[in-house]
Amino acid sequence: MLDILFYLFAAVTLASALLMVLSPNAVNGAICMIVSFVGTAALFVLLEAYFLAILQVLVYAGAVMVLFLFIIMLLDADKDQHRYLKDKATLAGAITCFALLTVLICSAFAGGDHLPEPVLSAVLENPGGEGVGIPFTTSAKSFGYSLFTKYMLPFQVTGFLLLAAMIGVIVVSKKQEELK
Amino acid sequence: MTVGLNAFILLASLLFAIGMLGVLLRKNTLLIYMSLELMLNAVNLALVAFSRYNGTMDGNLFVFFIITVAAAEVAVGLAIIVALFRKRQTVMVDQLNALSR
Repeated sequence: MLDILFYLFAAVTLASALLMVLSPNAVNGAICMIVSFVGTAALFVLLEAYFLAILQVLVYAGAVMVLFLFIIMLLDADKDQHRYLKDKATLAGAITCFALLTVLICSAFAGGDHLPEPVLSAVLENPGGEGVGIPFTTSAKSFGYSLFTKYMLPFQVTGFLLLAAMIGVIVVSKKQEELK
Repeated sequence: MTVGLNAFILLASLLFAIGMLGVLLRKNTLLIYMSLELMLNAVNLALVAFSRYNGTMDGNLFVFFIITVAAAEVAVGLAIIVALFRKRQTVMVDQLNALSR
C-alpha cells in the first residue's frame, strides 16, 4: 500500500516539476510548482518526517509561492510567451546535458552495484551513546530539544540571518530617490 | 514500506536534474529562480531520506535550517529582481546584456 503511495507521489512530483520547467506561462509554472512542493511534502510524510511535511506546506507551498505569484503578477513577467526558451544552441546544450545527467543517474541505480542499504547505525545499538547523532523520532518535541542543545549556535545564526534578510529586503526595494 | 533508500535518492536526483534543466533553458529570471528552489527541494528530499534510513534526527534538522534560509533567500532574491525590473523594465536574461554593448 505504502509502495503504491510512494510511486504515486513520486510521479506527481516529477510530472509537475517537468511541467513547471516547460510551461510557457509563468503563472501556470508557479501553480505546477505548488503541486510539486505538496508532492514532496507527501513524500516527507512517507519518510515519517511529519513536522517537516507541515513546514514544507506552510513555508514553501504557502509563503514562498505566494510571494512568487505576487511578483510574477506585479511585474507582468510573461509578455512575450512565444519566445520563452533561449536560442537553439543553448537549447541543444541544455537538453544534451539533461539527457546525459539522466543517463548517469539511472545507470548508477539500474546497474548491479546499488548504494549499500545502511545497516542499523551504532546510534540505535546504544541509544544513550554520546557524540553520535540524535536518534530518529517522529515527535516535534525532538526538534525543539535538538535546536536548543546541539544546534544552539546555528539556530541563533539563522535568527540573525532572518533579521538581516528582512532589513536587506526593505533597503533593496526602496525607491532610489528616497535613499538619496 | 519496502521502497528502499535508492528509490528516494533516484527521485531526488531526477528532481535536481529537472531543476538544472530549467535553469539552463528558461529566459525568465523568475522561472530560473523557481527552478533553483526546485533544486534546493530535491536536496531536502535526499537529506530526509538519508536521515530516515540512518535512524538519526540530524538530517531532519538540517532540512529545517535549509527551509528557513531558503525563505530568507527567496525574499532577498525577489527584492533584487523587482529592483532590476525598475531599472531595466525587463526580467528576461537575454535582454540583460548591458555589459556586451
